[in-house]
Amino acid sequence: MIRFDAVTKQFPDGTVAVDELTLTAPTGRITVLVGPSGCGKTTSLRMVNRMIEPTHGSITLDGQDTGRMDEAELRRGMGYVIQHAGLFPHRTVLDNIGTVPRLLGWDRKRTSERSRELLERVGLAPELGDRYPSQLSGGQQQRVGVARALAADPPVMLMDEPFSAVDPVVREQLQDEFLRLQGELGKTIVFVTHDIDEAIKLGDQVAVLRVGGRLAQVAEPSYLLAHPADDFVADFVGRDRGYRALQFQAAPRLPLHSEPTVLLGERPQGAGAEWLLVVDDDRHPLGWVEPHRIGDRAVTEGDLHRGGTVARERGSLRAALDAALSSPSRRGVIVDDSGSLCGTVQAHEVLTAIERTGRPERDESDPVHGGAAAVSGAEPTTQDSVS
Amino acid sequence: MTWLADNWETVLTLTWRSLYLAGIPLVIGFVVSIPLGWAASRWSWSYPAILTTTGLLYTIPSLALFVIMPVLLGTKILDPVNVVVALTIYTVALLARTVADGLIAVPDDIAQAATAMGYKGVRRLFGVELPLAVPVIAAGLRVAAVSNVSIVSIASLIGVSQLGDLLIDGFNRVIWGELLTGIVACVLLALAFDAVIVLGTRVLTPWLRVQGARA
Repeated sequence: MIRFDAVTKQFPDGTVAVDELTLTAPTGRITVLVGPSGCGKTTSLRMVNRMIEPTHGSITLDGQDTGRMDEAELRRGMGYVIQHAGLFPHRTVLDNIGTVPRLLGWDRKRTSERSRELLERVGLAPELGDRYPSQLSGGQQQRVGVARALAADPPVMLMDEPFSAVDPVVREQLQDEFLRLQGELGKTIVFVTHDIDEAIKLGDQVAVLRVGGRLAQVAEPSYLLAHPADDFVADFVGRDRGYRALQFQAAPRLPLHSEPTVLLGERPQGAGAEWLLVVDDDRHPLGWVEPHRIGDRAVTEGDLHRGGTVARERGSLRAALDAALSSPSRRGVIVDDSGSLCGTVQAHEVLTAIERTGRPERDESDPVHGGAAAVSGAEPTTQDSVS
Repeated sequence: MTWLADNWETVLTLTWRSLYLAGIPLVIGFVVSIPLGWAASRWSWSYPAILTTTGLLYTIPSLALFVIMPVLLGTKILDPVNVVVALTIYTVALLARTVADGLIAVPDDIAQAATAMGYKGVRRLFGVELPLAVPVIAAGLRVAAVSNVSIVSIASLIGVSQLGDLLIDGFNRVIWGELLTGIVACVLLALAFDAVIVLGTRVLTPWLRVQGARA
């Protein structure tokens, strides 16, 4: 557990970057610090490993005042990931990953074994181990950055906008894998971002900071979306918050309709239907076609409309609703965990399910910190594009 | 050519003397420049002090420095140590700045990552900062090497013999073969130094030669 206790940081020029911040990052959970630029989120993060020293207040790690620990030892016990990965360009990928173990005095063999293990763990091929960082893509570099931070198995991870310098598709992959890894590892993570969507997706707890380094609200994501503490938070959380909050609510059993399908490469049979769903041999949905445009020939890849998203059965309500809304036939495609077609659902049926579920409860006794006490693991989104 | 054929043993001896009179100061000067450059890069107040001082040293004429050395060191006027110390001073004058600038040029995100990993002190210098500064430092080292080979020939004027002897003797006695041999030998020596430094840089920076690398 990391605890900020009335922490203030004033820089020599008089700027107050962080103002009386009191916040607890619970053990084994992801705490996201989010806010506009100038809100002191990165300064707050760097005070945890003492790259910046607080002016007032204290930060404790499992009850121990970090101000009294040896700086270098403190840092070696905290994984640190930054925006452009910050890999050492003169070292191979494996040597980069093994940085902290070597600093801790592990022997070469143990370091090398551990580095190889982590390379695999973050989803990189073993042959990338001997390359240099400049030979990797931005997304791969960022994975190496995460592996390097995890190398000595530190209980704490500090992450400063780790995914913001990669393109949106890669970012989403990295976020999903990050959640998967965290599910296995259960680190105490403090994560800084300016992207509220990322905060809501990744955080078990989200702390919204306002310019001048004051805490505006800290709560779990679904609560934050449902009950912003004031106009600033409501504004920052942004539009569509009612819709976005649905991603934290698991869909109940939805009334599924069986859907006529056609295999890719075969002639469409369902004459008269306006839209027909195309599947592969494993009944994985591929996209929609319009039979009257195809006539009497076989369906090819070029015929597919791929605009519709696919939701998993018992995934989030948001994914189910989006599947229905994005489908050209207005019938949302629902698949099982292996990705095979279960059936389709219509928007009004999802809405009926939504109306039957409640909103996150409000804790009237603590309007600012409300909701944080009941932190629970957020479900990773289960929404994929038809591809 | 006939002159060289008759005197090749002398030329070899003089080349060898030039080699170590220019080479030893290069090595010592490099070693001295590392802590100086590191200090200048680390504390911004020390940067102008250190680099102005070392820069001024380079403006002292070499002949004057050779002549002052025995006074400062208490050595004999013909002692080659005078030349070694004087050239070391010139090397430091050139390299302290290069080392400082090379260390300062380490990208900020990499420096921060090093801090966050728990790197500090000497281990940080030798593990992260110096390796990344190799290309910059090597460029300075090449300039210093050529400069040393050139300046060392002046030492003939104070009686410390090396390749410079061929230039002075060839000029005074108008022996074209000797003069030409001296010039060519000096150039070849400078090229040899340069080649060694370039080769050393390549060995130390495999990461710069991989596909897609940025310098």
